[in-house]
Amino acid sequence: MDLSIFQYQFMQNAVLAGLLGGITCAVIGVFVVTMHLSFIGVCIAHAAFAGALLGLWLGFEPLIGALLFSLAAAAIIGPMADRGELNPDTSIGIVFSLMLGLAFLFMGLMPGARSEALSLFWGSILTVTRHNLIFLAITTAVIVGLVVAFYKEIQAVLCHREVALAVGIPATFVFYGLLFSAGVTITASLQSIGGLLIYSLILNPAAAAYQLTYSLKRMLLIAVGFGVISCWAGLAISYTLDTPSGASIVITSSVIFGLATLFSPKRKVKRWRQARPAG
Amino acid sequence: MDSTVIRIRDVVVSYREDVALQGVSLEMRKGEFLGIIGPNGAGKTTLLTVINGLGRLVHGEAWVLGSRVNGTSRTALRKRIGYVAQVQKIDPRLPINVRETVMVGCYGRLGLLRRPTRAQWERVDNVLEMVGIAHLARRPIGHLSGGEYQKAAIARALVQQPEIFLLDEPTASIAPQAQREIMSLIQLIHTEYRITTLLVTHDLRQLPLICDRLLLMKEGKIWREGAPESMLAEDVLSELYNGATSAETASLCP
Repeated sequence: MDLSIFQYQFMQNAVLAGLLGGITCAVIGVFVVTMHLSFIGVCIAHAAFAGALLGLWLGFEPLIGALLFSLAAAAIIGPMADRGELNPDTSIGIVFSLMLGLAFLFMGLMPGARSEALSLFWGSILTVTRHNLIFLAITTAVIVGLVVAFYKEIQAVLCHREVALAVGIPATFVFYGLLFSAGVTITASLQSIGGLLIYSLILNPAAAAYQLTYSLKRMLLIAVGFGVISCWAGLAISYTLDTPSGASIVITSSVIFGLATLFSPKRKVKRWRQARPAG
Repeated sequence: MDSTVIRIRDVVVSYREDVALQGVSLEMRKGEFLGIIGPNGAGKTTLLTVINGLGRLVHGEAWVLGSRVNGTSRTALRKRIGYVAQVQKIDPRLPINVRETVMVGCYGRLGLLRRPTRAQWERVDNVLEMVGIAHLARRPIGHLSGGEYQKAAIARALVQQPEIFLLDEPTASIAPQAQREIMSLIQLIHTEYRITTLLVTHDLRQLPLICDRLLLMKEGKIWREGAPESMLAEDVLSELYNGATSAETASLCP
């Protein structure tokens, strides 16, 4: 295989973006999958996309728009889901449709060619700038640092949120912290993976890891491995077959999830539990 | 010295348009064992949530372990109160095992940015031994039966070294043999540690003999309270459960 391509700065940036994006998306994915918050994640991803489009339309930095919108979505969805004013699915669905509507509105109002806006849809890991890489690196360092520092609180909230609250852990604070982390991660990965595809990279590696282990630490490590492999393998496929990079990354992560499900030891447990009498 | 650990005065709690507790007052001494019974919707669980600060008061005040329960004190108070809820439906694929689940009980007192020590892990192992599920320590929590899960929940509350023990229908929805084991365990813990205990139950047959006082709740109020022998009289129970027949109330009694 000709490796001379790695001499180019854009390819080195892409490999680095794959590594950093793979790590952060997978870590956030573990939170989302374990707490069964998949739809909340989709909603925050679309909010980030709408915010970035607003930035493009009004002429300010798209990442700032994405960050503000994703954090605002997290701040709205969290209490709505918590207080039970509406069914969580209904409230999240309303915010999701609003964000999607805003995204299309901003795109429709944008004058001239919309190539930059469309690149936010699909993402392009090959055009990641140094500026984006620095933001992604800082995000990765902060997210990984927070997980290491607050691992025991995060574990308690992910697995037993009500119990965590009852034993005196600031569970609500941790829960909102996880939602905001999802918002920041999605923003940081938006340009490389794209607004429509980012969520698959969050969900698939973590969902695949969920099939393979009963240890949260191992799940985090496996998910990170799958996330980075998805990015790098997708990048290689994109380069070799001349396919869109974001789509290649997401399809690779989906294939990994399919294989993990197929060979999951937990499927045997499910069959065993079905055969076991209640007690 | 004042041995009162729980003092609730004229408390009102409501969930949107429903009033769950209406002007409830209660006092408990240190080491007392209080049984709470009543029909569905009587406010039994809400009373427990007033004590550990999970319930929000519309009116009245609650003092627990010398502190008034409010937004500032409730997190600190929860670290000193063990809470066991009804058996939960747990995702069997959840990535946490029984030993780790029990250790969660220590996390509140341990505080942020601090790791569990070897001594705390040893305490977890000892408590697992005491409740009889040491052999399940490495099993994923979602793989336990209802009875095993409740023993793990009691172990988690115990490693918390609680000063108050709140038990919210710990034997609901589990097999009869497991119900008896859980109740024996609760009695054993109370005899051993004399923790102030509040036990909510539907099943009067499961009320332990060590219950000092029985609270009968109905429609968000304390309807009657007194010694278990007088409160478990057939006519009292029949009235509490809105005219249940003597055969029905007899089947509930110990």
